[in-house]
Amino acid sequence: MPEPVIELAGVCRDFPSDPPVRALADVDLRVEQGDYMAIVGPSGSGKSTLLNILGLLDRPTSGTYRLDGVETTALRDGGRTRLRGTRIGFVFQSFHLLAHRTVVENVMLAEVYGPHPRAGRRTRAEQALEQVGMSHRIRFLPDRLSGGERQRVAIARALMAQPALLLCDEPTGNLDSRNTEAILDLFDGLRAEGLTILVITHEDGVSARAKRRVRIADGVLREAP
Amino acid sequence: MKLRDLWTESMAGMLARPVRSALTTLGTVLGIGTLVVTLGIAATAGNQIVGRFDELLATSVTVEVPRGGHNPLVSWDAAKELRLLRGVTSATALAQSDKSSNLVVTANNLLDPTRVSGQTLAVVAATPDLPQTTLGRMLAGRYYDAGHVSRRDRVVVLGEQAAAMLGITSLEHAPAVFIKDRAYTVIGIIGGLRREQILASAILVPPTLGPDIGLKDVTRVLVATQLGAAELIARQAPLALSPNRSAELQVIAPPSPKRARDGAQDDVNGLFLILGLVSLIVGAVGIANVTLVTVMERVAEIGLRRALGAARRHIAAQFLMESSLIGLTGGVIGASVGMVTVVAVAAVRQWTPVLDVRLALAAPVAGALVGLLAGLYPALRAARMEPADALR
Ligand SMILES: Nc1ncnc2c1ncn2[C@@H]1O[C@H](COP(=O)(O)OP(=O)(O)OP(=O)(O)O)[C@@H](O)[C@H]1O
Ligand SMILES: [Mg+2]
Repeated sequence: MPEPVIELAGVCRDFPSDPPVRALADVDLRVEQGDYMAIVGPSGSGKSTLLNILGLLDRPTSGTYRLDGVETTALRDGGRTRLRGTRIGFVFQSFHLLAHRTVVENVMLAEVYGPHPRAGRRTRAEQALEQVGMSHRIRFLPDRLSGGERQRVAIARALMAQPALLLCDEPTGNLDSRNTEAILDLFDGLRAEGLTILVITHEDGVSARAKRRVRIADGVLREAP
Repeated sequence: MKLRDLWTESMAGMLARPVRSALTTLGTVLGIGTLVVTLGIAATAGNQIVGRFDELLATSVTVEVPRGGHNPLVSWDAAKELRLLRGVTSATALAQSDKSSNLVVTANNLLDPTRVSGQTLAVVAATPDLPQTTLGRMLAGRYYDAGHVSRRDRVVVLGEQAAAMLGITSLEHAPAVFIKDRAYTVIGIIGGLRREQILASAILVPPTLGPDIGLKDVTRVLVATQLGAAELIARQAPLALSPNRSAELQVIAPPSPKRARDGAQDDVNGLFLILGLVSLIVGAVGIANVTLVTVMERVAEIGLRRALGAARRHIAAQFLMESSLIGLTGGVIGASVGMVTVVAVAAVRQWTPVLDVRLALAAPVAGALVGLLAGLYPALRAARMEPADALR
């Protein structure tokens, strides 16, 4: 049996505020390669905290996190950064596109920090944009795009580095139902190609499309039917 | 991360807010500009001072011959031989003594014989090439030549002021002067002396007439040299003039040209230098401020870059690069504006502008350095951010 993509064991995350907050309490989670999983839960329950830890943007206070079989909590900053850049793609609710760069430049940003050669970078970015159906807007600035189009550009950027794991925090939170459908169709296609996808969402329509659902309440994670 | 990518990202970051970046460079433009103008004008003006004095000062060598003994230290003919040295353009031997400096000289004024004017004047014996050596100009008549000297003609040339004191303005009626009751024909009036200007109030007689007035031996030799030859001639002249007793001769040589230049540069207006440095510091604080604001505005971008795999050092490098580019831009503009100003000032004053290449290269580097220093703290702040916090 192959290594799971994600393996969390006894992960806690405490914020040393006043009063201290336990955002994640003893979370165990296994995600296999090719899983499409939705994380649901009320506001403030710890969904984003979990995603940050999974994305190596934050460290758990205690517990272990193995990504592709690599124990990450013991890794130093540099090792985590490299792993993050090569294995993980992010999609955010607020897109995080650079306003002064064109669509294709925004996508090309995904290869700036890796070992990728400069040669052919634009072609690869155009291919990623084609994958999300945005070939016709390559030279646009982000503020000329609709919300759905912006999110597709952001997904193209996440796909550009060919990650093993796609982490999405409320990817459809700012989109109407038609654009939401388009993004979900895209996810279905990516999952079919073997990408592992985790999606945080409020919306039942979004979680219903996932093969697997987990629910967080007050930092405690449970498998949902 | 490749250098090309760092460059692209930094340029894009700087050009994203062009007006702000332009305004941020102003402090550096002002600082570097002031420094370049101050140093450039000082060098230009310094060069003018040196240039004006140079030619005369740097080509004048004087040899003082002490009196003493029966045998003269320097013979009248030795000055002529001096001219054979390479680099000597002319040489004149003079004889002058305390007594000959205070002789009563009278002029017979044929126009007004009743007015007999006696004046106390200096009488100096000099070889015929005095006009060349002192860069003098004949205002009237001519200077005596080798013929006058060898024939022992009783002729004199008056210095400009001596002529005025004696009331002799023209040579039309062959004026004469009386020295120690002997008459001498005035054959010329010399003026416009640029060297040994004191001779303007003297009466110059051929060396062969010197003994009549008590001027037997050479007391001074004036040498004019080619530009750059003075130092060498100053060393060779005593040997040529008096091979056996050269050590007794005193040589007055011009200061070496380098020292003259340094002296002029010491006069650089310190106040303007301080002003330039202060503007530069203000410029640096400005860049630091704006970069810090930019960092705070771009927290989300920093978070995104970290999510895309940027290490802390990549974030720091980008902001350092951006602030250095702003400093560099300020330096380049400041240096250009400064040099144009120097050229303009030089043109107005009809000077030759002196632009040091090193200054032209150092100014932009200094600007970039100011930007780099100013960016240190903001870049550190940006690099220290936790990616999860930056993305919130
Ligand atoms: N840096 C922090 N310092 C202190 N408390 C924090 C910090 N970050 C998050 N929290 C707290 O941790 C809890 C979980 O936050 P989290 O952002 O994970 O919620 P969420 O499930 O993503 O909510 P939402 O659906 O509104 O985005 C919240 O109570 C929040 O106040
Ligand atoms: Mg959240």
